[in-house]
Amino acid sequence: MGEMEQMKKEAEALKTQIEAARKAVGDTDMASAASGVAPAPRVQLKTRRTLKGHLAKIYAMHWSTDNNLSSLSSIGVFRLMVSASQDGKLLIWDSHSGNKVNAVPLKSSWVMTCAYAPSGNLVASGGLDNMCTVYNLKTPVIKTVKELDAHTGYLSCARFLSDTEILTSSGDTTCALWDLETGKQKTVFLNHVGDCMCLSLSPDMNTFVSGACDSLAKLWDIRDGQCKQTFQGHTSDINAISFYPSANAIITGSDDCTCKMYDLRADQEVISYQDAALNSGVTSLALSMSGRLIFAGYDDFNCNIWDSLKGEKVGVLSGHDNRVSCTGVPEDGMCVCTGSWDSFLKIWN
Amino acid sequence: MSNNSAGGLVSLQKNVKQLRFEAGIRRIKVSQAAADLKTFCLQNAHKDPLLMGVPSSDNPFRPPKSCALF
Repeated sequence: MGEMEQMKKEAEALKTQIEAARKAVGDTDMASAASGVAPAPRVQLKTRRTLKGHLAKIYAMHWSTDNNLSSLSSIGVFRLMVSASQDGKLLIWDSHSGNKVNAVPLKSSWVMTCAYAPSGNLVASGGLDNMCTVYNLKTPVIKTVKELDAHTGYLSCARFLSDTEILTSSGDTTCALWDLETGKQKTVFLNHVGDCMCLSLSPDMNTFVSGACDSLAKLWDIRDGQCKQTFQGHTSDINAISFYPSANAIITGSDDCTCKMYDLRADQEVISYQDAALNSGVTSLALSMSGRLIFAGYDDFNCNIWDSLKGEKVGVLSGHDNRVSCTGVPEDGMCVCTGSWDSFLKIWN
Repeated sequence: MSNNSAGGLVSLQKNVKQLRFEAGIRRIKVSQAAADLKTFCLQNAHKDPLLMGVPSSDNPFRPPKSCALF
């Protein structure tokens, strides 16, 4: 018993030490530092496409990074995306034409996430079946290539590193790196004490961040499985997370109705995106190419646009008739896609 | 969560080990971090289509041109 008391005391002392270390470098905040920056222009985006095809709530979407040199005429064009709906389908869309390119029927319709591999060859989905299923889009008939089955809770997010590795986050409070050739977990990331809801890969793919229902965001080393840093501040579930394009910061979105930016090198929150009038949870977020604009989807059917440096709301995407559940900006930054429980996806720019 | 004291102790030890690791990292000043972020954003602003606006001639999502057939 004595040892446990000692451990508890040490834990408390370390927490105090960490807070003091953060305070010691906390000489300003992002909004103050950006006070001299010209405000972002008022952002008024128009709906360019409404993608109709799903028959139920859309839960996730992900842009392809494949520039499709072989299949389409234009070079450097990022146009394909995958969406997942609880109608039990993944749909692959050509965002430029608005046409459906492929449909993948799912064994389990309780899907919560989908992902496009960087190569464009594979897509993945998962949800309440606790599994991540990987499909090959390039075989004459779309085939299931692997069913990754080891999580003991729902699959909330999946992201491919390549055609041979995928990262998942789960309601079982863990994240995992899988080998797609063996179908087994290579590394399990253990430290969250609540359901993991989202993850984002760093641009260099050596680290990733996860957000969970314990209201914490964590930075992990992909290769050694170590949790490197923990970010506090949110007061409810973190549903969305993304690396800033500079790779030195992350943005999170939470049920506490705020988004936050945490700087990795200062190891703390540097700005919070919130408004007293906003009392809906954040479901999803995506960043514009420079990182200046944050597109955050909310339960109140809107997607609010924030100036990431100054913390001001600079626009809103209104048009969905239900919760915005997912957002994404393609690699060329040419548009933003929103997906909703109203069963539609919209492309805006 | 384990109720027995052995499981509780192991869990606490892991927690302390993790906290020791996180306490030991190097931190830079927020003013430095914020300055770098600002610089990155501003340097890349001109390449950001959603920030700059997309001219309709370059917009792959622009309304399709109507085709008049006489």
